Amino acid sequence: MRWGVITFPGSCDDHDVIDCLKTDLGQKVKVLWHKDELAGNFDCIVLPGGFSYGDYLRCGAMARFSPIMRGVMKFAQSGGLVLGVCNGFQILCESGLLPGALVRNTGLRFICQPVHLRVEETDAPFTSNLKKGQLLRMPVKHGEGCYYADAKTLESLRKNRQILLRYVDAKGKPTATANPNGSVENIAGICNQARNVFGLMPHPEDACSALLGSEDGAKLFMSIAAACAVRVSPHV
Amino acid sequence: MSFSVASFAEWPRLENKTMRVRIFVSLKKGVLDPQGKAIERSLHAFGYAEVQDVRVGKFLELEVDATSRESAEARVREMCDKLLANPVIEDYRFEISPES
Repeated sequence: MRWGVITFPGSCDDHDVIDCLKTDLGQKVKVLWHKDELAGNFDCIVLPGGFSYGDYLRCGAMARFSPIMRGVMKFAQSGGLVLGVCNGFQILCESGLLPGALVRNTGLRFICQPVHLRVEETDAPFTSNLKKGQLLRMPVKHGEGCYYADAKTLESLRKNRQILLRYVDAKGKPTATANPNGSVENIAGICNQARNVFGLMPHPEDACSALLGSEDGAKLFMSIAAACAVRVSPHV
Repeated sequence: MSFSVASFAEWPRLENKTMRVRIFVSLKKGVLDPQGKAIERSLHAFGYAEVQDVRVGKFLELEVDATSRESAEARVREMCDKLLANPVIEDYRFEISPES
């Protein structure tokens, strides 16, 4: 399993991802600089959280034009797995690899808190090791994590079962109070139609060791690893 | 034979004009605007009860060099579509005026 983690100027969770993959999960990781071309063999490329380009203009708007993104687009279009966490999710939406957009939290405040997530679909590589309805606990930390999509896009997300994670309460109900940022339909994470690109606002990399209060994030990463053991990744 | 850079300047060419562009980016109808809502509540608290539907957008001002207004328009539209506005959540319009 070969992971690539991209550092954009302003990324700050890149090393959280690298450390959790290497230290907690014993994975092989290559650190990638945004100005380089994507070269080499990878099974999964991770776009980490942070504030790429200072979040200027719109979160992720400028990072999508970083040189490495050309290769990431090609990798994704050839079926390679791409995971975007937080700012990475914003970059994937801005680049058009995922539908919809992430806008200012309805409460207007930057939120930093643990949330409960419910696994909605398991036929994507990212959730393949999990069970439908399973609850996961991990933190969110963002100011612009309110997922928005128009009615037509939502309809197609539902129809194609692209909503992989929803914010829920401790009992697993997607209530308004369990929704930390006002995301439409409590959406916390979605994949593309081809199911090889996944974006989520919560941080699995910050929930990979008991010391951090939860190991549920590891379940997502290990799902990806398990899926990659039985699939062929494209060469870029 | 000598060759000078100055001779290039004498070649006939289309003249570039500097134009001032004002771009207005606004949230599409239906997209939540919590900032607008908060401002609306503040205005109501100040007694401006007649206020409703406050929406916060972005205003960008820039100068462009172009040979004609039409070519400037085409370029600015391209910039908006590519970077300055996100068509999923935003609309834009712009004004072009001679630089003053």
